[in-house]
Amino acid sequence: MSPVFDNIDLFVDGFLTSLEIILYALAGSVPLGVLIAACRVSPIPPLRAFGTFWVTTFRNTPLTVVLFFCAFGLPELGINRSFFFFGVLGLVLYTSAFVCEAVRSGINSVPAGQAEAARSLGLNFTQGLRFVVIPQALRTVVPPLGSVLIAMMKNSAVAGAFGVGGDLWSTGQRLTSALGYATFPIFVGGVAVGYLIITLTAGALLQVLERKVAIAR
Amino acid sequence: MTSRPNGEPLVRLSGVNKWFGELHVLQDIDLEIDRGEVVVVIGPSGSGKSTLCRAINRLEPIDKGQITIDGALLPEEGKELARLRADVGMVFQSFNLFAHKTVLENVVLGPVKVRKKSKAEAESRARELLERVGVASQADKYPAQLSGGQQQRVAIARALAMEPKVMLFDEPTSALDPEMINEVLDVMVGLAKDGMTMVVVTHEMGFARRAANRVVFMDGGRVVETADPETFFTRPESDRAKDFLSKILTH
Repeated sequence: MSPVFDNIDLFVDGFLTSLEIILYALAGSVPLGVLIAACRVSPIPPLRAFGTFWVTTFRNTPLTVVLFFCAFGLPELGINRSFFFFGVLGLVLYTSAFVCEAVRSGINSVPAGQAEAARSLGLNFTQGLRFVVIPQALRTVVPPLGSVLIAMMKNSAVAGAFGVGGDLWSTGQRLTSALGYATFPIFVGGVAVGYLIITLTAGALLQVLERKVAIAR
Repeated sequence: MTSRPNGEPLVRLSGVNKWFGELHVLQDIDLEIDRGEVVVVIGPSGSGKSTLCRAINRLEPIDKGQITIDGALLPEEGKELARLRADVGMVFQSFNLFAHKTVLENVVLGPVKVRKKSKAEAESRARELLERVGVASQADKYPAQLSGGQQQRVAIARALAMEPKVMLFDEPTSALDPEMINEVLDVMVGLAKDGMTMVVVTHEMGFARRAANRVVFMDGGRVVETADPETFFTRPESDRAKDFLSKILTH
Protein backbone atom coordinates (compact mmCIF):
# COMPACT_ATOMS: atom_id res chain seq x y z
CA MET A 1 0.00 0.00 0.00
CA SER A 2 2.97 2.31 0.36
CA PRO A 3 2.88 3.42 -3.32
CA VAL A 4 -0.47 4.96 -2.49
CA PHE A 5 0.57 6.59 0.78
CA ASP A 6 3.83 7.83 -0.76
CA ASN A 7 1.75 9.73 -3.28
CA ILE A 8 -1.19 10.58 -1.09
CA ASP A 9 -1.02 14.28 -2.01
CA LEU A 10 -1.43 13.41 -5.68
CA PHE A 11 -4.34 11.14 -4.89
CA VAL A 12 -6.06 13.81 -2.80
CA ASP A 13 -5.63 16.30 -5.64
CA GLY A 14 -6.92 13.74 -8.11
CA PHE A 15 -9.87 12.97 -5.88
CA LEU A 16 -10.78 16.65 -5.58
CA THR A 17 -10.46 17.21 -9.33
CA SER A 18 -12.70 14.21 -10.05
CA LEU A 19 -15.17 15.50 -7.49
CA GLU A 20 -15.12 18.89 -9.16
CA ILE A 21 -15.82 17.39 -12.61
CA ILE A 22 -18.63 15.34 -11.10
CA LEU A 23 -20.27 18.23 -9.27
CA TYR A 24 -20.24 20.44 -12.38
CA ALA A 25 -21.59 17.59 -14.49
CA LEU A 26 -24.30 16.95 -11.90
CA ALA A 27 -25.29 20.62 -11.81
CA GLY A 28 -25.47 20.65 -15.61
CA SER A 29 -26.94 17.28 -16.53
CA VAL A 30 -29.80 17.06 -14.04
CA PRO A 31 -31.53 20.38 -14.86
CA LEU A 32 -30.82 19.86 -18.58
CA GLY A 33 -32.20 16.32 -18.45
CA VAL A 34 -35.38 17.51 -16.67
CA LEU A 35 -35.80 20.24 -19.29
CA ILE A 36 -35.41 17.75 -22.15
CA ALA A 37 -37.88 15.41 -20.41
CA ALA A 38 -40.37 18.31 -20.19
CA CYS A 39 -39.89 18.80 -23.93
CA ARG A 40 -40.51 15.12 -24.61
CA VAL A 41 -43.87 15.11 -22.80
CA SER A 42 -44.88 18.59 -23.98
CA PRO A 43 -48.12 19.10 -25.93
CA ILE A 44 -46.14 21.15 -28.50
CA PRO A 45 -44.93 18.88 -31.35
CA PRO A 46 -41.71 20.80 -32.25
CA LEU A 47 -40.57 20.60 -28.60
CA ARG A 48 -41.31 16.87 -28.53
CA ALA A 49 -39.33 16.41 -31.75
CA PHE A 50 -36.42 18.36 -30.29
CA GLY A 51 -36.43 16.24 -27.12
CA THR A 52 -36.51 13.03 -29.11
CA PHE A 53 -33.69 14.25 -31.35
CA TRP A 54 -31.56 15.16 -28.33
CA VAL A 55 -32.03 11.81 -26.62
CA THR A 56 -31.50 9.85 -29.83
CA THR A 57 -28.28 11.72 -30.55
CA PHE A 58 -26.59 11.55 -27.17
CA ARG A 59 -27.89 8.20 -25.97
CA ASN A 60 -26.72 6.45 -29.12
CA THR A 61 -23.28 8.03 -29.39
CA PRO A 62 -20.38 6.52 -27.43
CA LEU A 63 -19.19 8.80 -24.64
CA THR A 64 -15.67 8.83 -26.09
CA VAL A 65 -17.04 10.16 -29.38
CA VAL A 66 -19.01 12.91 -27.60
CA LEU A 67 -15.93 13.85 -25.58
CA PHE A 68 -13.69 13.73 -28.64
CA PHE A 69 -16.06 16.03 -30.47
CA CYS A 70 -16.17 18.47 -27.53
CA ALA A 71 -12.43 18.48 -26.83
CA PHE A 72 -11.13 18.52 -30.40
CA GLY A 73 -14.11 19.26 -32.65
CA LEU A 74 -15.44 22.40 -30.98
CA PRO A 75 -12.03 24.18 -31.11
CA GLU A 76 -12.05 23.57 -34.87
CA LEU A 77 -15.39 25.40 -34.96
CA GLY A 78 -13.72 28.32 -33.24
CA ILE A 79 -14.88 27.57 -29.71
CA ASN A 80 -11.85 27.74 -27.47
CA ARG A 81 -12.22 26.78 -23.84
CA SER A 82 -10.21 24.70 -21.39
CA PHE A 83 -10.11 20.91 -21.60
CA PHE A 84 -11.78 20.92 -18.21
CA PHE A 85 -14.72 22.84 -19.70
CA PHE A 86 -14.97 20.53 -22.70
CA GLY A 87 -14.72 17.43 -20.50
CA VAL A 88 -17.56 18.60 -18.30
CA LEU A 89 -19.58 19.69 -21.35
CA GLY A 90 -19.26 16.26 -22.98
CA LEU A 91 -20.27 14.55 -19.78
CA VAL A 92 -23.28 16.87 -19.35
CA LEU A 93 -24.53 16.38 -22.92
CA TYR A 94 -24.14 12.60 -22.76
CA THR A 95 -25.63 12.19 -19.28
CA SER A 96 -28.58 14.55 -19.93
CA ALA A 97 -30.06 12.05 -22.39
CA PHE A 98 -30.12 9.34 -19.74
CA VAL A 99 -31.39 11.71 -17.03
CA CYS A 100 -34.19 12.71 -19.42
CA GLU A 101 -35.30 9.14 -19.92
CA ALA A 102 -35.20 8.34 -16.19
CA VAL A 103 -37.28 11.45 -15.43
CA ARG A 104 -39.69 10.65 -18.26
CA SER A 105 -40.29 7.17 -16.87
CA GLY A 106 -41.16 8.83 -13.56
CA ILE A 107 -43.51 11.30 -15.23
CA ASN A 108 -45.26 8.42 -17.00
CA SER A 109 -45.69 6.63 -13.67
CA VAL A 110 -47.86 9.45 -12.26
CA PRO A 111 -51.55 8.65 -12.91
CA ALA A 112 -53.00 10.70 -15.77
CA GLY A 113 -55.76 11.94 -13.46
CA GLN A 114 -53.24 14.01 -11.51
CA ALA A 115 -52.32 16.04 -14.58
CA GLU A 116 -55.99 16.27 -15.59
CA ALA A 117 -56.89 17.64 -12.16
CA ALA A 118 -54.08 20.19 -12.46
CA ARG A 119 -55.28 21.28 -15.90
CA SER A 120 -58.87 21.49 -14.67
CA LEU A 121 -57.79 24.01 -12.04
CA GLY A 122 -56.41 26.21 -14.81
CA LEU A 123 -52.75 25.39 -14.27
CA ASN A 124 -50.84 25.54 -17.53
CA PHE A 125 -48.67 22.68 -18.76
CA THR A 126 -45.48 23.89 -17.07
CA GLN A 127 -47.23 24.60 -13.76
CA GLY A 128 -48.88 21.18 -13.83
CA LEU A 129 -45.51 19.51 -14.36
CA ARG A 130 -43.76 21.62 -11.76
CA PHE A 131 -46.29 21.61 -8.92
CA VAL A 132 -48.10 18.32 -9.44
CA VAL A 133 -46.44 15.78 -11.71
CA ILE A 134 -42.69 16.11 -11.13
CA PRO A 135 -42.85 16.16 -7.31
CA GLN A 136 -44.72 12.84 -7.52
CA ALA A 137 -42.51 11.49 -10.28
CA LEU A 138 -39.45 11.98 -8.05
CA ARG A 139 -40.22 8.95 -5.97
CA THR A 140 -40.05 6.55 -8.89
CA VAL A 141 -37.24 8.50 -10.49
CA VAL A 142 -34.72 8.27 -7.67
CA PRO A 143 -33.54 4.67 -8.23
CA PRO A 144 -33.03 4.83 -12.03
CA LEU A 145 -31.72 8.39 -11.80
CA GLY A 146 -29.28 7.21 -9.13
CA SER A 147 -27.92 4.58 -11.51
CA VAL A 148 -27.53 7.14 -14.28
CA LEU A 149 -25.72 9.57 -11.99
CA ILE A 150 -23.40 6.93 -10.55
CA ALA A 151 -22.55 5.89 -14.11
CA MET A 152 -21.79 9.55 -14.82
CA MET A 153 -19.44 9.69 -11.81
CA LYS A 154 -17.50 6.75 -13.18
CA ASN A 155 -17.62 8.24 -16.68
CA SER A 156 -15.81 11.26 -15.28
CA ALA A 157 -12.71 9.07 -15.59
CA VAL A 158 -13.23 9.00 -19.36
CA ALA A 159 -13.60 12.78 -19.39
CA GLY A 160 -10.39 12.98 -17.37
CA ALA A 161 -8.61 11.05 -20.10
CA PHE A 162 -9.58 13.65 -22.70
CA GLY A 163 -6.92 16.15 -21.80
CA VAL A 164 -8.53 17.29 -18.54
CA GLY A 165 -5.85 15.60 -16.48
CA GLY A 166 -5.26 15.72 -12.79
CA ASP A 167 -8.33 13.64 -11.90
CA LEU A 168 -8.21 10.27 -10.14
CA TRP A 169 -7.84 8.21 -13.27
CA SER A 170 -5.18 10.46 -14.80
CA THR A 171 -3.25 10.42 -11.53
CA GLY A 172 -3.16 6.62 -11.58
CA GLN A 173 -2.21 6.66 -15.23
CA ARG A 174 0.61 9.10 -14.59
CA LEU A 175 2.00 7.19 -11.61
CA THR A 176 2.06 3.88 -13.46
CA SER A 177 3.18 4.88 -16.93
CA ALA A 178 5.35 7.93 -16.32
CA LEU A 179 6.73 7.22 -12.87
CA GLY A 180 6.90 3.42 -13.18
CA TYR A 181 4.79 2.31 -10.24
CA ALA A 182 3.18 -1.14 -10.37
CA THR A 183 -0.32 -1.01 -11.79
CA PHE A 184 -2.07 -3.18 -9.22
CA PRO A 185 -1.56 -1.22 -5.96
CA ILE A 186 -2.04 2.15 -7.63
CA PHE A 187 -5.28 1.34 -9.44
CA VAL A 188 -6.82 -0.94 -6.85
CA GLY A 189 -5.53 0.72 -3.69
CA GLY A 190 -5.73 4.33 -4.85
CA VAL A 191 -7.84 5.02 -7.92
CA ALA A 192 -10.61 2.48 -7.28
CA VAL A 193 -10.84 3.44 -3.61
CA GLY A 194 -11.15 7.09 -4.60
CA TYR A 195 -14.07 6.35 -6.95
CA LEU A 196 -15.68 4.08 -4.37
CA ILE A 197 -15.62 6.87 -1.80
CA ILE A 198 -17.53 9.05 -4.24
CA THR A 199 -20.00 6.47 -5.54
CA LEU A 200 -20.76 4.83 -2.19
CA THR A 201 -21.42 8.24 -0.64
CA ALA A 202 -23.66 9.09 -3.58
CA GLY A 203 -25.52 5.79 -3.14
CA ALA A 204 -26.09 6.51 0.56
CA LEU A 205 -27.34 10.04 -0.20
CA LEU A 206 -29.70 8.65 -2.84
CA GLN A 207 -31.18 6.27 -0.27
CA VAL A 208 -31.82 9.15 2.10
CA LEU A 209 -33.40 11.09 -0.77
CA GLU A 210 -35.57 8.13 -1.71
CA ARG A 211 -36.95 7.93 1.79
CA LYS A 212 -37.56 11.66 1.90
CA VAL A 213 -39.58 11.84 -1.32
CA ALA A 214 -41.68 8.75 -0.59
CA ILE A 215 -45.40 9.53 -0.90
CA ALA A 216 -48.21 7.66 0.75
CA ARG A 217 -50.85 6.59 -1.75
CA MET B 1 -83.40 29.77 -10.32
CA THR B 2 -82.01 29.55 -13.80
CA SER B 3 -81.42 32.64 -15.84
CA ARG B 4 -80.04 34.07 -19.08
CA PRO B 5 -79.09 37.66 -18.28
CA ASN B 6 -77.63 38.36 -21.72
CA GLY B 7 -79.82 35.96 -23.67
CA GLU B 8 -76.91 33.52 -23.88
CA PRO B 9 -76.80 30.22 -21.98
CA LEU B 10 -73.79 29.70 -19.73
CA VAL B 11 -72.75 26.58 -21.60
CA ARG B 12 -73.73 25.91 -25.19
CA LEU B 13 -72.82 22.85 -27.20
CA SER B 14 -73.81 22.95 -30.85
CA GLY B 15 -73.28 20.20 -33.36
CA VAL B 16 -70.62 18.55 -31.23
CA ASN B 17 -69.07 15.41 -32.68
CA LYS B 18 -66.21 13.27 -31.49
CA TRP B 19 -64.66 10.04 -32.65
CA PHE B 20 -62.37 7.64 -30.80
CA GLY B 21 -60.89 6.03 -33.90
CA GLU B 22 -63.86 4.34 -35.59
CA LEU B 23 -66.14 4.85 -32.60
CA HIS B 24 -68.45 7.85 -32.94
CA VAL B 25 -68.72 8.71 -29.22
CA LEU B 26 -70.49 12.06 -29.52
CA GLN B 27 -72.98 12.50 -32.34
CA ASP B 28 -74.41 15.93 -33.16
CA ILE B 29 -74.86 17.00 -29.56
CA ASP B 30 -76.81 20.22 -29.03
CA LEU B 31 -77.22 21.24 -25.43
CA GLU B 32 -77.70 24.54 -23.63
CA ILE B 33 -77.24 25.05 -19.92
CA ASP B 34 -78.45 28.20 -18.21
CA ARG B 35 -76.95 29.93 -15.22
CA GLY B 36 -78.00 28.23 -12.01
CA GLU B 37 -79.29 25.20 -13.83
CA VAL B 38 -78.52 21.68 -12.64
CA VAL B 39 -78.40 19.18 -15.49
CA VAL B 40 -78.06 15.49 -14.76
CA VAL B 41 -76.70 13.35 -17.59
CA ILE B 42 -77.57 9.69 -17.38
CA GLY B 43 -77.26 6.75 -19.71
CA PRO B 44 -75.77 3.29 -20.02
CA SER B 45 -72.01 2.90 -19.92
CA GLY B 46 -70.41 3.72 -23.23
CA SER B 47 -73.20 6.17 -24.05
CA GLY B 48 -70.74 9.08 -24.22
CA LYS B 49 -71.93 10.87 -21.07
CA SER B 50 -68.48 11.11 -19.45
CA THR B 51 -66.92 12.19 -22.73
CA LEU B 52 -69.57 14.90 -23.02
CA CYS B 53 -68.78 16.12 -19.52
CA ARG B 54 -65.01 16.12 -20.17
CA ALA B 55 -65.47 17.90 -23.50
CA ILE B 56 -66.93 20.94 -21.73
CA ASN B 57 -63.52 21.87 -20.30
CA ARG B 58 -61.67 20.30 -23.20
CA LEU B 59 -60.10 17.44 -21.30
CA GLU B 60 -61.43 15.69 -24.40
CA PRO B 61 -60.96 17.74 -27.57
CA ILE B 62 -63.88 17.53 -29.95
CA ASP B 63 -63.59 16.88 -33.68
CA LYS B 64 -66.53 18.95 -34.94
CA GLY B 65 -68.96 21.52 -33.61
CA GLN B 66 -68.67 24.32 -31.09
CA ILE B 67 -68.68 24.70 -27.33
CA THR B 68 -69.04 28.13 -25.76
CA ILE B 69 -68.85 29.05 -22.11
CA ASP B 70 -70.33 32.36 -21.06
CA GLY B 71 -70.45 33.30 -24.72
CA ALA B 72 -66.76 32.61 -25.33
CA LEU B 73 -65.69 29.87 -27.70
CA LEU B 74 -63.62 27.17 -26.02
CA PRO B 75 -60.00 27.91 -26.98
CA GLU B 76 -57.88 25.16 -28.50
CA GLU B 77 -54.75 25.20 -26.33
CA GLY B 78 -52.44 27.39 -24.33
CA LYS B 79 -53.07 30.29 -21.97
CA GLU B 80 -56.62 31.03 -23.10
CA LEU B 81 -57.68 27.46 -22.45
CA ALA B 82 -56.05 27.45 -19.01
CA ARG B 83 -57.91 30.66 -18.16
CA LEU B 84 -61.20 29.15 -19.23
CA ARG B 85 -60.60 25.96 -17.30
CA ALA B 86 -60.03 28.00 -14.16
CA ASP B 87 -63.69 29.06 -14.46
CA VAL B 88 -64.95 25.50 -14.90
CA GLY B 89 -64.77 23.30 -11.81
CA MET B 90 -64.27 19.59 -12.36
CA VAL B 91 -64.89 16.71 -9.98
CA PHE B 92 -63.67 13.29 -11.08
CA GLN B 93 -64.86 9.77 -10.37
CA SER B 94 -61.45 8.89 -8.90
CA PHE B 95 -61.13 12.18 -6.92
CA ASN B 96 -57.62 12.89 -8.31
CA LEU B 97 -56.49 14.78 -5.24
CA PHE B 98 -52.79 15.66 -5.45
CA ALA B 99 -51.24 12.76 -3.56
CA HIS B 100 -48.14 14.65 -2.39
CA LYS B 101 -50.04 17.59 -0.93
CA THR B 102 -52.12 17.90 2.21
CA VAL B 103 -55.84 18.53 1.99
CA LEU B 104 -55.32 22.24 2.64
CA GLU B 105 -52.51 22.47 0.05
CA ASN B 106 -54.76 20.76 -2.47
CA VAL B 107 -57.39 23.45 -2.06
CA VAL B 108 -54.90 26.33 -1.96
CA LEU B 109 -52.84 25.42 -5.06
CA GLY B 110 -55.22 26.76 -7.73
CA PRO B 111 -56.10 30.07 -6.05
CA VAL B 112 -52.41 30.82 -5.35
CA LYS B 113 -50.87 29.71 -8.65
CA VAL B 114 -53.69 30.57 -11.03
CA ARG B 115 -55.70 33.32 -9.35
CA LYS B 116 -52.55 34.80 -7.78
CA LYS B 117 -54.16 35.17 -4.39
CA SER B 118 -51.97 35.58 -1.33
CA LYS B 119 -51.29 32.39 0.59
CA ALA B 120 -52.98 33.69 3.73
CA GLU B 121 -56.11 34.72 1.86
CA ALA B 122 -56.26 31.43 -0.03
CA GLU B 123 -55.80 29.42 3.15
CA SER B 124 -58.53 31.17 5.06
CA ARG B 125 -60.91 30.73 2.12
CA ALA B 126 -59.83 27.07 1.83
CA ARG B 127 -60.63 26.46 5.50
CA GLU B 128 -64.09 27.98 5.01
CA LEU B 129 -64.72 25.68 2.07
CA LEU B 130 -63.43 22.61 3.92
CA GLU B 131 -65.78 23.56 6.76
CA ARG B 132 -68.64 23.84 4.29
CA VAL B 133 -68.04 20.32 2.93
CA GLY B 134 -67.50 18.99 6.43
CA VAL B 135 -63.82 18.00 6.37
CA ALA B 136 -62.22 20.97 8.14
CA SER B 137 -60.67 18.72 10.76
CA GLN B 138 -58.75 16.82 8.05
CA ALA B 139 -56.99 19.89 6.63
CA ASP B 140 -53.45 18.79 7.47
CA LYS B 141 -53.80 15.15 6.41
CA TYR B 142 -52.74 13.62 3.12
CA PRO B 143 -55.41 12.34 0.70
CA ALA B 144 -54.44 8.70 1.27
CA GLN B 145 -55.34 9.09 4.96
CA LEU B 146 -58.95 10.03 4.13
CA SER B 147 -61.96 7.90 3.21
CA GLY B 148 -63.25 8.06 -0.35
CA GLY B 149 -66.20 10.20 0.68
CA GLN B 150 -63.94 12.66 2.47
CA GLN B 151 -61.57 12.78 -0.51
CA GLN B 152 -64.41 13.54 -2.88
CA ARG B 153 -65.65 16.34 -0.62
CA VAL B 154 -62.14 17.79 -0.58
CA ALA B 155 -62.13 17.57 -4.38
CA ILE B 156 -65.37 19.56 -4.43
CA ALA B 157 -63.84 22.18 -2.11
CA ARG B 158 -60.74 22.32 -4.35
CA ALA B 159 -62.93 23.04 -7.37
CA LEU B 160 -65.04 25.61 -5.48
CA ALA B 161 -61.92 27.48 -4.36
CA MET B 162 -61.51 28.68 -7.95
CA GLU B 163 -64.96 30.29 -7.77
CA PRO B 164 -66.06 28.55 -10.96
CA LYS B 165 -68.96 29.63 -13.11
CA VAL B 166 -69.99 26.04 -13.65
CA MET B 167 -69.13 22.74 -12.00
CA LEU B 168 -68.76 19.47 -13.87
CA PHE B 169 -69.17 16.20 -11.97
CA ASP B 170 -68.02 13.07 -13.78
CA GLU B 171 -69.64 10.16 -11.90
CA PRO B 172 -68.65 11.64 -8.53
CA THR B 173 -70.05 8.79 -6.45
CA SER B 174 -69.30 5.77 -8.64
CA ALA B 175 -66.05 4.92 -6.86
CA LEU B 176 -67.50 5.25 -3.36
CA ASP B 177 -68.65 2.70 -0.83
CA PRO B 178 -72.45 2.86 -0.47
CA GLU B 179 -72.40 4.46 2.97
CA MET B 180 -70.26 7.34 1.71
CA ILE B 181 -72.39 8.23 -1.28
CA ASN B 182 -74.87 10.35 0.65
CA GLU B 183 -72.29 12.56 2.34
CA VAL B 184 -71.07 13.57 -1.13
CA LEU B 185 -74.56 13.91 -2.59
CA ASP B 186 -75.63 16.12 0.35
CA VAL B 187 -72.80 18.53 -0.44
CA MET B 188 -73.85 18.55 -4.09
CA VAL B 189 -77.50 19.18 -3.23
CA GLY B 190 -76.36 22.07 -1.04
CA LEU B 191 -74.42 23.53 -3.95
CA ALA B 192 -77.40 23.18 -6.26
CA LYS B 193 -79.61 24.97 -3.72
CA ASP B 194 -77.07 27.80 -3.54
CA GLY B 195 -77.52 28.35 -7.25
CA MET B 196 -74.38 26.74 -8.67
CA THR B 197 -74.62 25.78 -12.32
CA MET B 198 -73.90 22.06 -12.47
CA VAL B 199 -73.51 19.31 -15.02
CA VAL B 200 -73.63 15.98 -13.24
CA VAL B 201 -72.97 12.62 -14.84
CA THR B 202 -74.41 10.14 -12.38
CA HIS B 203 -76.51 7.06 -11.84
CA GLU B 204 -77.93 8.48 -8.63
CA MET B 205 -81.62 8.87 -9.44
CA GLY B 206 -82.30 10.22 -5.96
CA PHE B 207 -79.95 13.11 -6.60
CA ALA B 208 -81.55 13.79 -9.96
CA ARG B 209 -84.97 13.93 -8.34
CA ARG B 210 -83.86 16.13 -5.45
CA ALA B 211 -81.66 18.62 -7.25
CA ALA B 212 -81.87 18.49 -11.03
CA ASN B 213 -83.77 20.94 -13.21
CA ARG B 214 -83.32 18.72 -16.20
CA VAL B 215 -82.33 15.16 -17.01
CA VAL B 216 -80.46 14.45 -20.24
CA PHE B 217 -80.59 10.82 -21.29
CA MET B 218 -77.82 9.66 -23.60
CA ASP B 219 -77.34 6.48 -25.52
CA GLY B 220 -74.93 5.53 -28.30
CA GLY B 221 -73.34 8.97 -28.36
CA ARG B 222 -76.61 10.83 -28.82
CA VAL B 223 -78.93 12.80 -26.58
CA VAL B 224 -82.02 10.63 -26.78
CA GLU B 225 -84.30 12.48 -24.42
CA THR B 226 -84.35 15.63 -22.30
CA ALA B 227 -86.99 16.22 -19.64
CA ASP B 228 -87.54 17.46 -16.11
CA PRO B 229 -86.71 14.70 -13.60
CA GLU B 230 -90.26 13.89 -12.58
CA THR B 231 -91.43 13.49 -16.17
CA PHE B 232 -88.35 11.53 -17.13
CA PHE B 233 -88.56 9.02 -14.30
CA THR B 234 -92.34 8.52 -14.39
CA ARG B 235 -93.17 8.96 -18.09
CA PRO B 236 -90.06 8.56 -20.22
CA GLU B 237 -90.82 9.03 -23.93
CA SER B 238 -88.26 6.91 -25.71
CA ASP B 239 -88.21 3.14 -25.62
CA ARG B 240 -84.49 3.22 -24.92
CA ALA B 241 -85.02 5.32 -21.78
CA LYS B 242 -87.89 3.08 -20.66
CA ASP B 243 -85.68 0.05 -21.09
CA PHE B 244 -82.78 1.68 -19.23
CA LEU B 245 -84.97 2.81 -16.34
CA SER B 246 -86.63 -0.58 -16.02
CA LYS B 247 -83.17 -2.10 -15.59
CA ILE B 248 -81.88 0.27 -12.96
CA LEU B 249 -85.03 0.98 -10.96
CA THR B 250 -86.17 -2.56 -10.26
CA HIS B 251 -83.41 -3.19 -7.73
